[in-house]
Amino acid sequence: MNHLEEKYADEIQAILAKYPEEQKRAAVMPLLYLAQRETGYITRQSMNDIAQILELTPTEVASIVGFYTLYYDQPGGKYRIQVCTDLPCALRGAEEFLEKLCENLGIRVGETTPDGLVTVEKVMCLAGCDKAPLFQVQTGAGLEYHENQTVESALSYIDTLRKRER
Amino acid sequence: MSQYILLRHREIPNLGKLEVYRQNDGFQAFYKAVTSMKPEEVIEVVKASGLRGRGGAGFPTGMKWAFVDRHNWPHYVVANADESEPGTFKDREIMENNPFQFLEGVAIAAYAVQANVAYIYLRGEFWQIAHQLDQRIAELYASGLLGDNLFGTDYSLRIYTHLGAGAYICGEETAMLESLEGKLGQPRLRPPFPPSYGLFGKPTVVNNVETLTNVPLIVANGASWYRQYGTEKSPGTKIFCLSGRINRPGNYELPLGTTFRQLIYEHGGGIPEGRQIKAIMPAGASSSLIIATDEALDTPMDYESVPNVGAALGSASLIIIDDTVSIPWLINKTIHFFKHESCGKCTPCREGTYWMMHLTERIAGGAATWEDVELLKDVASQMKGKCLCALGEFSIEAVLSGIERFKGDFEAQVGATQAAAEELPVPAD
Repeated sequence: MNHLEEKYADEIQAILAKYPEEQKRAAVMPLLYLAQRETGYITRQSMNDIAQILELTPTEVASIVGFYTLYYDQPGGKYRIQVCTDLPCALRGAEEFLEKLCENLGIRVGETTPDGLVTVEKVMCLAGCDKAPLFQVQTGAGLEYHENQTVESALSYIDTLRKRER
Repeated sequence: MSQYILLRHREIPNLGKLEVYRQNDGFQAFYKAVTSMKPEEVIEVVKASGLRGRGGAGFPTGMKWAFVDRHNWPHYVVANADESEPGTFKDREIMENNPFQFLEGVAIAAYAVQANVAYIYLRGEFWQIAHQLDQRIAELYASGLLGDNLFGTDYSLRIYTHLGAGAYICGEETAMLESLEGKLGQPRLRPPFPPSYGLFGKPTVVNNVETLTNVPLIVANGASWYRQYGTEKSPGTKIFCLSGRINRPGNYELPLGTTFRQLIYEHGGGIPEGRQIKAIMPAGASSSLIIATDEALDTPMDYESVPNVGAALGSASLIIIDDTVSIPWLINKTIHFFKHESCGKCTPCREGTYWMMHLTERIAGGAATWEDVELLKDVASQMKGKCLCALGEFSIEAVLSGIERFKGDFEAQVGATQAAAEELPVPAD
């Protein structure tokens, strides 16, 4: 048993049960989410563990991490605030929202606040075009949407995060 | 007759609860199908209803089911819940608020093609929705509406969710299947099509969430009931997603054949600040730009009529553009999206979107000459018909229609900078 298996034995079994036995490669995406849960990114070791469980090469697993945008192989802020600025959102002021948000936090798009709490990123369409500006918050443990935002509401949300983490 | 076939939660409070859904005849259609109809009879009803795929292509749903190869087993159903087209947010509302009708649609589709396993492929951003669906699927097992030997027959069905991880291309059905198999989300060469070679190489039906959500009421009430909505060739209602420069953005479920004007002005409340409407993108960022003339505004929104004004209905995700918006800026936005989302498998798309991004950046930034506009047209035209899937094709729709139909915007953009022509930008990344 490798490290990942020791830690999440039951969950790994439940994931594998969703796919035909001879097609266990299909479990690579849910296993990557599992590996990302605690730290918010996927370590080399986890990729090796997943490769071992699914009988893949570590390179094959790493290629999946590289292809999909919601997987990370580097640590970021504990909370990734991801703002959509695609066309429908841009028509409702999302670009200005992102710019002002970053200005207020004293960081540039893609950067993390000095306390390591928040990384602000620009992402592609989130399927919330009628409720722009909006962002999603990604942590290792999941994702949630925050819609109809203003710079003030976003900053006050970040403030709550700050208090929660103290 | 009721206003809604799909967004029924707007009329029935708590329809997202299994108890309430069942009080409103929920799972009666699935019960009826499994206990008293042959799979072929279910397919016949859906065929006769004229239901067409709501993901964008508009392919007749019943016909797709009938194509499933009966000599190769097992069969699979995959619900496409990857909803990633800029301007589209309808499947989300269905899955969040009327999830059991969608799940019943998945179940009926699975019975019709005799699949014992169905997957729901959701974009990774729909993490919360996937977890809600998991809980609801568990309720269905507990209530005997999913599982083994359903209703005392020998038919068994399991439904699983599967989360993507942020890739627009996985909305393309063969890329979705690759992704579900644990590979890079890149499209396959077609044919063979999924009904003969799909998930794990087995015959598979891939249907959009909205399409499947129509199915329970069609099976319960019959094809002619369904056909009282919409037009002869485009029966039923459609969820129109309205976004951009509009007073009341949101989802509107209306009969196919409703005009642009009715949607934009009667339902959507018109353009903010009394501005003029300039253009409409009826199929999200993948769309050609329609000039918002009176003729266009009075065009019925159905699969046959929209092409008459130079675009496709697609997923019916209308992005409304007013007269403050510069078209070169707009195509720079859409090309940024497609450049980011191109999966890289086909060279014309990978390289084409890359060069178009640099050209549109330069044009929108006011540093271009007319030659750049011509070059952009040239690059876009060379991508046509040269890729495995439609992503590359979609990316050039707004570019070519924009240059052709809003030439004045481009002339204005480059006019002032004719003298400042530079070399093509050196790739920065």
